[in-house]
Amino acid sequence: METSTDTALKSIALTDTHIRLGAKMVPFAGYLMPVSYEGINAEHETVRKGVGVFDVSHMGEFILKGDQALDLIQRVTSNDASKLFDGKVQYSCLPNETGGIVDDLLVYRIDVKTYMLVVNASNIEKDWNWLKRYNTGNVEMHNISEKTSLLAVQGPLAVEVLQPLTEMDLRNMEYYSFGKGKFAGVDNVLVSATGYTGAGGFEVYMENHAAQKIWDAIFASGKKFGIKPIGLGARDTLRLEMGFCLYGNDIDDNTSPIEAGLGWITKFTKEFTNSKALKDQKDHGVTRKLAGFEMLDKGIPRHGYDIKDSGGKYIGKVTSGTQSPSLQKAIGMAYLETAFAKTGSEIFISVRDKNLKAVVVKMPFFHS
Amino acid sequence: MSKISTMNFPDNLKYTRDHEWVRAEGNIAVIGITDFAQSELGDIVYVEIETEGETLTKEAAFGTVEAVKTVSDLFMPVSGKILEVNAGLGGNPEAVNKDPYGEGWMIRVEMSQPSELDTLMSAQDYKKMTGVSA
Repeated sequence: METSTDTALKSIALTDTHIRLGAKMVPFAGYLMPVSYEGINAEHETVRKGVGVFDVSHMGEFILKGDQALDLIQRVTSNDASKLFDGKVQYSCLPNETGGIVDDLLVYRIDVKTYMLVVNASNIEKDWNWLKRYNTGNVEMHNISEKTSLLAVQGPLAVEVLQPLTEMDLRNMEYYSFGKGKFAGVDNVLVSATGYTGAGGFEVYMENHAAQKIWDAIFASGKKFGIKPIGLGARDTLRLEMGFCLYGNDIDDNTSPIEAGLGWITKFTKEFTNSKALKDQKDHGVTRKLAGFEMLDKGIPRHGYDIKDSGGKYIGKVTSGTQSPSLQKAIGMAYLETAFAKTGSEIFISVRDKNLKAVVVKMPFFHS
Repeated sequence: MSKISTMNFPDNLKYTRDHEWVRAEGNIAVIGITDFAQSELGDIVYVEIETEGETLTKEAAFGTVEAVKTVSDLFMPVSGKILEVNAGLGGNPEAVNKDPYGEGWMIRVEMSQPSELDTLMSAQDYKKMTGVSA
């Protein structure tokens, strides 16, 4: 997830704005990004209880256009994109040919021949090459990542902040749907009822040149609701409380969507990359599964820590872990041998020289 | 979060490359982590020190500090016996963020070689090392 060299760092359109707001900027997926402003816990709470804005302009956006666009998407993604209609979004993943995941992504149907794919920043190039390889039907492909900014306005008060800025009906916008229109005086802004926090809210896509104007309009409208800028640190604690997978931590080139609990976006109503093998996993079971756990002993699980059973036998690895700001306890996700991956199962996390007791729990960890 | 410009490095303390501070009171050393360290770590959620009563040498790990995003080891700035661990941090680890040189202190050590203090950095040198212009 870390970038290889600092010299190759790309910057997002609002870098100066974040620095002015006191952001701690760190290299992330090849971009210099705001990781926190006033502190992760305070920012986390702002999103859970009020409203906050994440600049996630590092995310990648591809436009696929043409008669064969749906066919291409159907062949490379695990979810059934034929269920989409204009203005509908779908969570999906790109399985690879060897049982792993190239990336997870959002698929937006703009019209019957035009789709937008939103991918992880760290995977933009990998995904692009992957799609190109499968694009045998001459689908027009545009990588608009570099010229697109993305602001995630998240929290229970998000709709109050954004509705006055547009005539699009945000109040009645269903979860995982979107509109495109005038927003804060800017044409062609895409607003979707999506997010990565479980706190409700919207994601707003715009061209870079409009980013400052839209940022300022959102903060002016949000002032009376106590709106604040939120960094990637709180984005991570918020998503983890919901049990949402993070590519590079919980899913990667070597984890299957079935193991990751992404069976719900893996639809065998069509054929797609590696679908036969994944169907076989679904029918006959997998040897390990992604599970959520809570610490019983005091300590904080981190990515890469080993997990053992009560007899000291290795049974898995932590993929994500943190102290949950909302729950005030340490939580994590892990791949565990299937027998240990069920609720109530007792496991031991190797934290430095100790094995600390934890228990498998259902996800999400946090319920609003 | 402390802004770089408002960061505080008291002149009466000694500092290490690993961002601990030491306040010497006779042959007793009070030890914690610096304002710079707490700011870099972010919200601190757990300070784990289980070495009370142990005698450790300079640069040995005496505990760990867990922030929301990261974990970091704590190292002895000087050799000696750990007389006391700040019990207040158990229920209030955020004291390290709010008051790193006061309520956020971590251990009290009986120094076995007080001359080791001379190998540590002054506030001025530490400031230079962290690149903080104050």
